[in-house]
Amino acid sequence: MSSIGTGYDLSVSTYSPDGRLFQVEYANKAVEAAGVAVGLRCTDGIILGVERLLHSKLLVKGANRRIQSVDEHIGMATAGLLADGKHLGSRARDEAANFRETYNAPVTVQVLSDRISGYVQAYTCYGSVRPFGISTLVAGADKTGPRLFCIEPSGVFYGYRACAVGKGRALARTELEKVLAKEGGVSVREGVMEVARMLSGLASYLAPLAISLSRSTAVESVKNDVLAIHLVHDDNQDKAFELEMTWVCEESGMKHAAVPADLLAEAEEKAKAALEEGMEED
Amino acid sequence: MEGINTVDLMRLKHGEVNLGTSIMAVRFEGGVVIGADTRTTTGSYIANRVTDKLTHIHDRIYCCRSGSAADTQAVADAVHQHAQLYAAIYGERPPVATVAALFEKLCYDNKDQLSAGIIVAGWDKEKGGSVYNIPLGGGTFQQPWAIGGSGSTYVYGYCDATYQEGWGEAETLQFVKNTLALAMARDGSSGGCIRMCVITEDKVERHFVPGNELPRFWEGKEVIGGLAQTTKPVAAA
Repeated sequence: MSSIGTGYDLSVSTYSPDGRLFQVEYANKAVEAAGVAVGLRCTDGIILGVERLLHSKLLVKGANRRIQSVDEHIGMATAGLLADGKHLGSRARDEAANFRETYNAPVTVQVLSDRISGYVQAYTCYGSVRPFGISTLVAGADKTGPRLFCIEPSGVFYGYRACAVGKGRALARTELEKVLAKEGGVSVREGVMEVARMLSGLASYLAPLAISLSRSTAVESVKNDVLAIHLVHDDNQDKAFELEMTWVCEESGMKHAAVPADLLAEAEEKAKAALEEGMEED
Repeated sequence: MEGINTVDLMRLKHGEVNLGTSIMAVRFEGGVVIGADTRTTTGSYIANRVTDKLTHIHDRIYCCRSGSAADTQAVADAVHQHAQLYAAIYGERPPVATVAALFEKLCYDNKDQLSAGIIVAGWDKEKGGSVYNIPLGGGTFQQPWAIGGSGSTYVYGYCDATYQEGWGEAETLQFVKNTLALAMARDGSSGGCIRMCVITEDKVERHFVPGNELPRFWEGKEVIGGLAQTTKPVAAA
């Protein structure tokens, strides 16, 4: 952070001499500090998952959701400032409704992502506003099949087969690559298990990991053995979290809906069992 | 006070050119057939006897226009422009449902100013052939077949009794030709020739039936004489 104190980071409407927008880069820091959000495009649908870190034991179970519905067939998960996510979700719903009104057709995930990204980009142009402190995963199924996009604080968006944002995204992305490498692809039901395993694992060992390991070592270690890291940081593990998962698939009638509670519970059980087994082996 | 005789049902301005019309669109497996007569009138004067009321909106979408010629041309032009913009922005042809929604918006929002009864029909990759009827108030109705214009009132019964699901292109084309000929024969403000158009995934094909080659059914035959002929041998036997 050599830029601090140079005066080029005070406004989003001022470039640094080497052409960077520091305010946008700071917004990315807000994303990096947030609980991870994962999107996975499967053969027969699409999944969104987030680990919701609980800062208080007094919070109502299942409250303060981070995944929102945008239209019947599209959902959106955010990582970063929760309130920014709520605002962008509201804007996304307006865009989707407006498209339906105008064209008598459901908006495609790509067109919606394009509209949202335009809105996010506008907040990097004016000195009177700050950029969005969130990365957004937009997932849904339209006439072109299941689609996934990630919108960053700068306003750029990319299409993905799988994506993870927030703290520990590098680890999650490595895991996602493994999942996608499976022959014949993954179904949504397999996907739910994989995402649950990923999120449960990340939540329990990532918080201490960020403190004690540089990211490059973390990634290297994960490549060798994810669970080994888990063991290393066994002592600081009671970071409470809730798993939140939604999908769009045949089983949900191609609508964006919460993964059924029993399936989610089953996935969590399996994930925990796999983690414990992994620890014993080490 | 305005009595029933002073209310102008067509809501035309004095001297306005009117498409006192018979128009039609029918869906079939793989596409649509649309058709119209060719008469345009100003009062009792035929302003144009070879009018084209089948108007291009996009590559595979046409509309049939009835009501005021000026109004429907203006609306069709605006929607045509919208459709081109849609294709440029989204990189694909607009679906028929979308074009119908654009027509609906204009016709509903400006219902007090317009007299436009429009049938939108075409082919898209989501639904195949489809027909949307947008009558005077600006409602939108998806139908397997639609008829419109002043001539349509004479042939609802014929259409109800004749139309069947599962027709191919040739049968549908014949149905449209027959219906329009019947409507034009009864309706004084419809007439001239028949224009038709077949729209499928891979073609937009126009058909023209000149006024002297219209289907005539029983018209012109010596029916009464014929009846006498057939009864004679019975009496003799």
